[in-house]
Amino acid sequence: MLAFTLKRLLSAIPTLLLVIATAFFLIRIAPGGPFDSERNLPADIRANIERSYHLDQPLVQQFGNYLQGIVKGDFGPSYHYLDRDVSELIAESFPVSLQLGLAALALSLMVGIGAGTLAALRHHRLADHALMGLAMTGISIPNFVLAPLLVLIFAVHLHWLPAGGWGGLSGMVLPTIALALPQVAYIARLTRASLLDVLGSDFLRTARAKGLTESQAVMRHAMKPTLLPVVSYLGPATAALLTGSVVIEQIFQIPGLGRYFVTGALNRDYTLVMGVVIFYGTLIILMNLVVDLLYAWLDPRTRQ
Amino acid sequence: MRRATILLGLALLVWIGWRQIDDATPGGERQLDAQTGVLHRGNGPELESMDPQIARSDSSGAILRDLFEGLTRLSPEGQVIPGAASGWDVSEDRKIYLFHLRPEARWSNNEPLTADDFVFSMRRLVAPDTAAAFAFFLNPVVNAAEIIAGDKAAETLAVKAINEHTLEITLNAPTPYLPGVLTHPATFPVHRASLAKHGRRFTRPGNLISNGAYVLTEAVTGSRYSIRKNGYYWDAVNTSIEQVVYHQIVDQNAELARFRSAELDITYTVPNNQFVLAKENYPQQLKVSPQLTTYYYGFNLRRPPFAGQPGLRRALSMIVDRDLLANSILTAGQLPANGWVPPGVANYTAVEPEWASWTMEQRLAEARRLYHEAGYSDEQPLEVEIRFNSADIHRSIAVAISSIWRDTLGARVSLLNEEFQVLLQDMRNGNADVFRSSWVADYDDAYTFLEVLHTDAAANFTGYHNEQYDALLEQAAMTPDVDQRKATLRKAESIMLKDQPLMPIYFYVNKRMVSSRVDGWKNNSLNIHYSQDLSLHSAAKSD
Repeated sequence: MLAFTLKRLLSAIPTLLLVIATAFFLIRIAPGGPFDSERNLPADIRANIERSYHLDQPLVQQFGNYLQGIVKGDFGPSYHYLDRDVSELIAESFPVSLQLGLAALALSLMVGIGAGTLAALRHHRLADHALMGLAMTGISIPNFVLAPLLVLIFAVHLHWLPAGGWGGLSGMVLPTIALALPQVAYIARLTRASLLDVLGSDFLRTARAKGLTESQAVMRHAMKPTLLPVVSYLGPATAALLTGSVVIEQIFQIPGLGRYFVTGALNRDYTLVMGVVIFYGTLIILMNLVVDLLYAWLDPRTRQ
Repeated sequence: MRRATILLGLALLVWIGWRQIDDATPGGERQLDAQTGVLHRGNGPELESMDPQIARSDSSGAILRDLFEGLTRLSPEGQVIPGAASGWDVSEDRKIYLFHLRPEARWSNNEPLTADDFVFSMRRLVAPDTAAAFAFFLNPVVNAAEIIAGDKAAETLAVKAINEHTLEITLNAPTPYLPGVLTHPATFPVHRASLAKHGRRFTRPGNLISNGAYVLTEAVTGSRYSIRKNGYYWDAVNTSIEQVVYHQIVDQNAELARFRSAELDITYTVPNNQFVLAKENYPQQLKVSPQLTTYYYGFNLRRPPFAGQPGLRRALSMIVDRDLLANSILTAGQLPANGWVPPGVANYTAVEPEWASWTMEQRLAEARRLYHEAGYSDEQPLEVEIRFNSADIHRSIAVAISSIWRDTLGARVSLLNEEFQVLLQDMRNGNADVFRSSWVADYDDAYTFLEVLHTDAAANFTGYHNEQYDALLEQAAMTPDVDQRKATLRKAESIMLKDQPLMPIYFYVNKRMVSSRVDGWKNNSLNIHYSQDLSLHSAAKSD
C-alpha cells in the first residue's frame, strides 16, 4: 500500500509541471494585463509598475523565476491585492472553502444515501417516485438559480437567515444547502440504483435464508457493496463541490478560495490565478488518491 | 462501542453548532448593532489595498477616507474643506501654497502629526520604486514628473516642511484644483515608523497607524473590513458612529438582497434591473444624484473611416437622440450628454455643440449632407464596428445606436461584445473603429475631463490631436484668474466638440440605498460619504 501511494505521488509531479506551464503561458496570452484600466496609465508610471513586478523581463525568465519561487513555497505577491502574498491569500481563504465544502459533502452523503436507500427499499411505491422526482428536479436546477431563490425566501421574506456574509453557523445554512442539493440528488440516484442491484444478488438471498431480518440483511451485508459507486463518485463530487463553490461564494459573499478563480482571471492577477490552479490541481490529485485507497479498503478485489 | 462513539461525536457537533447559531442569529446581531452603533456599508467589488499611495479603487478610497485624513477633505455636500490642515495661504502668482496643520492633529498611537509626515508620503507617492498608479496626481508640483520618470531624486519634490506645522507646496503653474486633489487618498500621510518596521505588512490590522476618524480593526480580503472610532482623532468628539463594517459585495443583486434583509445600512449602488423595484418599494431610502462621469463612444482617429473625417463623426453623433436613450433604456435618471464636461462641475458652465438646440429634422438633414460629403451613399454605405464590454446596459445602448445609424443613414453597423480587459487592449492598440468607455472625474474641475483629449494624455484612446486645443489647455493651466481660465477651457471644449473625436452619450448618476436609521446623508456628485459625517438613530429599521 505504501509503495502504491508513493508511486502515485511521484507520478503526479510531471502532471503538475504540465499544469503549471500551461496555466502560466495561457494566462499571459490572454489580452490585457493586471494594471490596465479605463484610466490608462502614463508611460513612465506603467514602466515603474512593470519593473516593480518584474513584468518587463522576458517571459521565459519570468517563468524560470516563478518555478524557483514555487520550489521554495513562494507563490509571489498578488498583482491585484497589492499588499498581499498569494500564499497568504490561499492560507486565509482555503479553510473557509474547505469548511463549506465539507459541510456540503456531509449533507449530500447523509441525505443522499438516506433518500436513495429509502427509495430502493420502497421500490415502485409512492416514496420511491416522490424521492426520485425530487432528485431529478435537484439535478436539473443549477445552483446559481437555486441560491438567489433561497435568499429571497429565507432572508428577504422570512428573515430567518442572513442573505450573505460569513461567520456563525446561520450564515452557513443557505450556501451549504445550495451547494449540496445537486449532489444530494445525484448520490440518491446512485445509491438507489446500486442498492436495487445488490438486493437482487445471491449473497443477500443467502443472508435472508440464514434467518436475518430484512433490515439486518441490508445494514450488515448490502450497504458496503452499495456504497462502492458512491465512493468512486466522491472524487468528482469533491471537485464539483470545490468548483461549484465558485458561484456560491460569489452569491453569498463568502471569503473562500473559489471566487479567486473568477476574479483572479478577470483582473489578470497572474500570480493569484497560478497559485489557485496549482493548489486545486494538487488537491484534486490527492483527492483521487484518497478515493483509490478508500476503494481498496471497501473492495478487497482491487487490492491485488 | 463504535456506534456509541459516533453518536457521541455527532451530539457534540450539534451542540457546538447550536451555540454558534445562538451567537449569530441575524435578528439578534442587528439589535445589538442598533444599540452599539455599528454602521454596515456595502462597498462594491473587491478592494486591493489599504496603502494610501498604492490603492487604486473607489472601494479602497472609501475606507481610506475614514482611516486617514489628508490636508483637505470634502464636506457632506462635496465642497473642499480643511482637513488635517486648518487652512492655507496662496501666493499672488498662485503657485505657492502654505498649509497650516492643526497642532492638535495626532496619529492613532497619540504621536503628533507633522509636516514631515506629509513630505515623506508625497515623496513616497512619486518615487519610482513605490510604483504608485496615481503618482501623476502630483504632476502640478515642481519636479514631480521628473521624479516619476526617474530623472530626479524624490528629495527634490517641491513639498517642504517650513516648521512642524507648516507645509509649503510649489507648483509649476497655478492649479486651482490643488486643494481638491489633496482630498484624494493617494496624497494622505502614512506613518513612517510603522512602514519602516513592518514593510508591506504595515497595512494589516494592528500594524496600521492612521490619522483619520477611524482605525482598522479587521480585514478579511474580499469580504469585510471593520473600523473603530479613533479616540486620538482631533475631531473625535464630533464622530458619532463607533464602528463601521464595510462589506465587499461583487454581485449588485446580492447587495440589494442584503439591504432588503436589513443587513446593510448603505449600499454601494443599485442594479439597473432592480431600479424600478427600488423606486416603488423604497422611495425614501433610494438616493439618486448626478455623478461626474461621462459615458461615451470613442472614434478611432488613427485609421479610416474616421481619420480626418470630423464631418462624418459629427453626423453620426448628432442623429443619436440622447433623450430617447436616457428615458427608454437607462431609466434611472441619467442625464443625456451632448457635451463632454458634465453639468455642475465647479467653476465651469457646460458647453453643448450647436446642433444640440436643433430639431431632429434639422439634425437629420445636416447629418445626411455630411454623410454624403464624406463620400458615403446608399450604394456605398459606411461600414463600421462598435466594440463594447460585456454588460446588458452596454449591449442595449449599442443595439439602439447601431439601429439609429442604420435606419437614418444606411450605415452597415456590426457589434462586438468583448471582455473588459480585451476591450481595453483594443482601445490602447487602436484596433476598434468605435469603442465604449467612460471617464470619471478625479477631482471637481473641468480640467480632469478636458485633459483626457490632450495629444499626450495617456487616456486619449481616440488619438485626437489638435494643436489649438492643446495650446488652449496649456494656456488655461497657466491662468491664475478663475473666470479667464473658465473661458479658455470652454473655448477648448467647443473646438473639441466640433471635431467630435468622441461622442458623449449620457452622464452617470449615483444610485444608493440608505437606511432610514442613517442621519446626516447628503447627496454629492463625487459620491464620497465619510462615515464621520453620519450618525445612527436606533429606532427605525431599514425597511
